[in-house]
Amino acid sequence: MLKGQQSWVFANRPMIVSTGVTGGPFEANGNLANDFDLLYEDLWLEQDSYEKAQRVLLEDAIDITLKKANMQKEQIDFLFTGDLINQITPSSFAARTAQIPYFGLFGACSTSMEGLALASFVVNYHGAKNVLTGASSHNAATEKQFRYPTEYGGQKPPTAQWTVTGAGVALVRENQAGQRLPVITSATIGKVVDMGLTDPFNMGGAMAPAAADTIKAHFRDLALDPSYYDLIVTGDLGRVGHDTASELLKKSGITMQHGQFQDCGLLIYKDDQPVQAGASGAGCSATVLYGHLLNQMKQGHYKRILLVATGALLSPLSFQQKESIPCIAHAVAIEMND
Amino acid sequence: MANKQNMTHEQQQYQQLQQKHEKKRPVLKNCIKAFFIGGLICTVGQAISYFYIYFFNFTEQSVGNPTVATMVFLSMLLTGFGVYDRLGQFAGAGSAVPVTGFGNAVISAAIEHRTEGFVLGVGGNMFKLAGSVLLFGVFAAFVVALIKTLLVIWGVL
Repeated sequence: MLKGQQSWVFANRPMIVSTGVTGGPFEANGNLANDFDLLYEDLWLEQDSYEKAQRVLLEDAIDITLKKANMQKEQIDFLFTGDLINQITPSSFAARTAQIPYFGLFGACSTSMEGLALASFVVNYHGAKNVLTGASSHNAATEKQFRYPTEYGGQKPPTAQWTVTGAGVALVRENQAGQRLPVITSATIGKVVDMGLTDPFNMGGAMAPAAADTIKAHFRDLALDPSYYDLIVTGDLGRVGHDTASELLKKSGITMQHGQFQDCGLLIYKDDQPVQAGASGAGCSATVLYGHLLNQMKQGHYKRILLVATGALLSPLSFQQKESIPCIAHAVAIEMND
Repeated sequence: MANKQNMTHEQQQYQQLQQKHEKKRPVLKNCIKAFFIGGLICTVGQAISYFYIYFFNFTEQSVGNPTVATMVFLSMLLTGFGVYDRLGQFAGAGSAVPVTGFGNAVISAAIEHRTEGFVLGVGGNMFKLAGSVLLFGVFAAFVVALIKTLLVIWGVL
């Protein structure tokens, strides 16, 4: 049901039945290694290109999700996935393998929540019984497309972020009473916000206003305040963007308690890993939410969380042509079903 | 929209707010690191020059070519083994400005695009980063040579 200007409330509360989370070697050395289902030792994943490796990350995440839910691919109605690579080939090629009716999404690093919101909407209104949704990114494949060759010795500024190698997939199903699983209660779809920033090495700073805009819209549309959630987590703002978003929200009268406002890009790696301002990439929010955060919810640490995935909608061409960086954020509220 | 004058009041205000949280590059520290690493690379180059002059039949004028080739070869090894990008993050301009940095720019692009094949991948992308250095370097040299030639003809020099 549409509520307010840009939010959906899911009265039938679709459930996240199972998830699959895969990652690379850098994530294996990170803070949340235990929350990954499968970690690869090598960035190539035994493939002959990084783009193929990213496809395998997603394919494996899909297989793990299905295996945990004890389901076959034929039982899945739709697949909603996306990524950052040109024409989202890793997603489409994984959909070719999976042979599940497929919607390809592009929302840059906000794709994870764009997919979860759409999947929940479709399931909530009986458009499907079982929907898979997810997002993936690969550090080397993304760097190659957006920045410099992996081995190029350019110095990254302290505002730069590290693209996550990983994929996170979730299986969304119609609610069946009596199961203690996370359910999706509402979603807020963001507007594109452009504050005129042009530095592709400062994505967090560019994306922060989009995150703040969507969070404000969510509380306005649903007539809630931050105390309703145990945790409000942004996707991949990193240090610079997260601090900026905190200040923007404080200025609009949204104050949060210490530790209540977090960022997936700051959770995933250890402090001593050389990631500058934090993590980024479509796989960042997908792996942290579908791995770490849902595990924490199941263990009873959090009852209600709001995940706000942020995406920078630039292309390598647009920033060379001196265009500013338009950004978007989508929020999805997840609750433990008791 | 990138133009400062075309920005709305809201955008300008936001950029001021954002800049407070933006961590600045440590310029002085970076300069010192670049000075020492750049100096170290040049010292190695100088040692290689002396090596060629001392053990082979090279003079100070002719030793440039084998020295540059050796330095680029070393840079290639370091790039291939994944060391040069780490050195670059530490040293910045110190490892980018010497000829080893030029080698790294060419070789890293060649490695990166190996997956698209030798012709369209390696051949087509090898000079993606270094190409503009070559173009503008050669053009600048041409202009300088032209000026010098004219000055000589006019008898100024």
